[in-house]
Amino acid sequence: MLNFSKINIFLIYIIFLFISFFSLLNFQNLKNPIINKKVNLGLDLQGGSYLLLEINSDPLVKEKIQSKVITLKKLLKSNNLDYSNFKINEKDLSFLVDDVEKFKLLFFSKKDNLLNPYIIKYNSFELDLDVVKEKNVRVSFSKYGLLTINNSALTQSIEIIRRRIDDVGTKEPTILQRGEKRILVELPGLKDPERIKDLLGKTAKLSFRLVSENDEFGADKLESETGEELSVSKRIIISGENLVDAQPSFNNQSNKPAVSFTLNRLGAQKFGRTTTDNVGKRLAIILDGKIISAPSINEPIPSGSGIISGNFSFQEATDLALLLRSGALPTPLLVVEERTVGPDLGEDSIKSGITSLMVGFILVILFMLYKYKIFGLIANTALVANLLMLVGILTILEATLTLPGIAGIILTVGMAVDANVLIFERIKEELKTEKSIIHAFDTGYTKAKITVLDANITTLIAAVILFAFGSGPVKGFAITLGIGIITTLFTAYFLARHLTSVVVLNTKNKEIKI
Amino acid sequence: MNNKFDFSSKFRTANIFSIFIFVLSIAFILFKGLNYGIDFKGGTLIELRSDNTDAASIRSILNNMSLGDVNVKKFGKEGDYLIKVEQKETNDNKIIPIIKKNLSDNLNTEINFRRVENVGPKVSSELLQSGIIAICLSLAAMLFYIWIRFEWQFSIGSIIALFHDVVITLGIFSVLSLEINLSIIAAVLTIVGYSMNDTVVIYDRIRENLNKYTRLSISEIANLSINDTLARTIITSVTTLLALLSIFILGGEILRGFSFAMILGVVIGTYSSMFVASPILKFFKVSYKTLEKEEEKIVP
Repeated sequence: MLNFSKINIFLIYIIFLFISFFSLLNFQNLKNPIINKKVNLGLDLQGGSYLLLEINSDPLVKEKIQSKVITLKKLLKSNNLDYSNFKINEKDLSFLVDDVEKFKLLFFSKKDNLLNPYIIKYNSFELDLDVVKEKNVRVSFSKYGLLTINNSALTQSIEIIRRRIDDVGTKEPTILQRGEKRILVELPGLKDPERIKDLLGKTAKLSFRLVSENDEFGADKLESETGEELSVSKRIIISGENLVDAQPSFNNQSNKPAVSFTLNRLGAQKFGRTTTDNVGKRLAIILDGKIISAPSINEPIPSGSGIISGNFSFQEATDLALLLRSGALPTPLLVVEERTVGPDLGEDSIKSGITSLMVGFILVILFMLYKYKIFGLIANTALVANLLMLVGILTILEATLTLPGIAGIILTVGMAVDANVLIFERIKEELKTEKSIIHAFDTGYTKAKITVLDANITTLIAAVILFAFGSGPVKGFAITLGIGIITTLFTAYFLARHLTSVVVLNTKNKEIKI
Repeated sequence: MNNKFDFSSKFRTANIFSIFIFVLSIAFILFKGLNYGIDFKGGTLIELRSDNTDAASIRSILNNMSLGDVNVKKFGKEGDYLIKVEQKETNDNKIIPIIKKNLSDNLNTEINFRRVENVGPKVSSELLQSGIIAICLSLAAMLFYIWIRFEWQFSIGSIIALFHDVVITLGIFSVLSLEINLSIIAAVLTIVGYSMNDTVVIYDRIRENLNKYTRLSISEIANLSINDTLARTIITSVTTLLALLSIFILGGEILRGFSFAMILGVVIGTYSSMFVASPILKFFKVSYKTLEKEEEKIVP
């Protein structure tokens, strides 16, 4: 175990130098164009906001099932199927149909099925059909139909969240999907996430609808910002999808903040036609089910642009314009977890983390020197090398360092010497019975090898499980702990062993004490 | 042979002591319960710094808002306070700005909100669940690993020792009403790894000595092996504790619970490797024959 071939020695030091080189990259201030790698600081160290959002696809399911009604009725009528007792429920449609068998055939036809398309990806129809009683049937989304709705809502939400956050202009946001219903948003450096939360909390569904004078059939009663209740026609003239741009501006007459908008071609045509036909009537501008303003149409507006003036401050007008530009969220979002760390707490954490690392490191080094003298020096050299390599690997992986991560490094310092302690203690025992010093060292290393490996693998298992189940800062701890074990094994079994061999072989036949 | 200390004569006393503490810990965990933090219970946490205020005035402002169960305490340095507000039944995304505004308006002094956390009911129960799964899984993985590397008697012995460590650590947290949060789960898992590490070192030596001294009883072998590895056990515990104490004292308030759990775990884990994991082998009547039998099985 003490004999190293030249190539082995070369390899050991090359690997060590290569990996620890990367740890130095963290200390350069200039941006290095070739190797620009650094350990990222977690939100708990640099400050910032972590938001976990959840989509709720229930309203969307309701909307989608309602949108099936017309197609379904058409299908029934064109095939001379009599139906009655038609009910639109939260998640399904139920009705009585005379010829259930015939309906079933039509419902599950793979050819030109407008009502119930076949999803090739999942090998399933979009809708399911339950026969509750003889003629009583219920149409609802199949498991895969629901999945498709959910997934498209999720992807769309991520896209719109990204647009909204980019528009606010925070630096380097992270927006990721987490599981089936959740979206993770990390905003480094953000001190107060309230504005972002406000912006993400609104679906921003915009519609322009006429205010109906007489209570016509199918009008909605909606409350306006001024508290006035207006009945509004169900027919949507233009919606948020027709907007190409929206900007904060001022109302020329009142000099109050407003939002100016530009419509696309189709929207401009419809808007022009409606304003021409309805001069004198009032137009309600509705956002998320609330009337934000209901101006009277004074003259036709063919240009396809206009302004929304309501009762808002300039900040509100800016946010409204931003929301309209980014488009509507398909479903409402809920913040289910939120963690914000101020920048000064992050700084304090870095400081106390580094201080405790230094102190822990010095204490361990002094103790090892006291305990093992020259071999303590070897163990300490290995410990320094271990730290350099640990930080080096974190840099190569561009891992995120968190406060528990720093704790993991300190813990590695304490536990890393264990490998060398195991070996040294074993050699001590061998020295008691063995006459040849070199032989004693050799056997010591060989016999301790299995134990060192076993002992470290157990900790590695714990680290891997922690990595798989932990979240955020805790994951950072698992990463440093796990990598620390690997670098510990390397430094103890290659670096420290080589240094030991140098010491032992150069002090031949003299007394060696551990 | 190195038999400086007679550990085996203390096994019985130690075992009775361990069982007593173990049962007591379970009783505390069941009847007094664990003090879950917002990670697992849900709710809102605010850490603030302000020079001209005290916990009582913060508490009275919050009590006027009728938020339910509110807890205000000093946190670390002078002027730092930690506020915990109990979880409402549903997610309330508006609660944080309202609390912040109320405090700013009523305290008449500058407030620095250093940390704000809010965990909803669904997320907190998921976090608790995955924490429990992680601990169980790590115990199972250890059981399996030792079973492969040693014999089943060793595997059962080590798992009982681990169980002992985890339960007593949590028991002490229950007695002292210390908060259980995500970092405590991390600490418990690390304790599992550390204690296992300690146990493996002694087991390795027991296996070696079983083959070497076939005439000795398992108690004598265990005693011998503990003595053989004693220096290592102490040195490693000392270096690990030095590192942990440095985190505990200098690492700041956030890491205090974590490092305290780890310190407990290292002490309990070291003890259990010697006084729990080793005597159990006697109970399973482990001898050099146990090892031989296993070898026969492998060679057809």
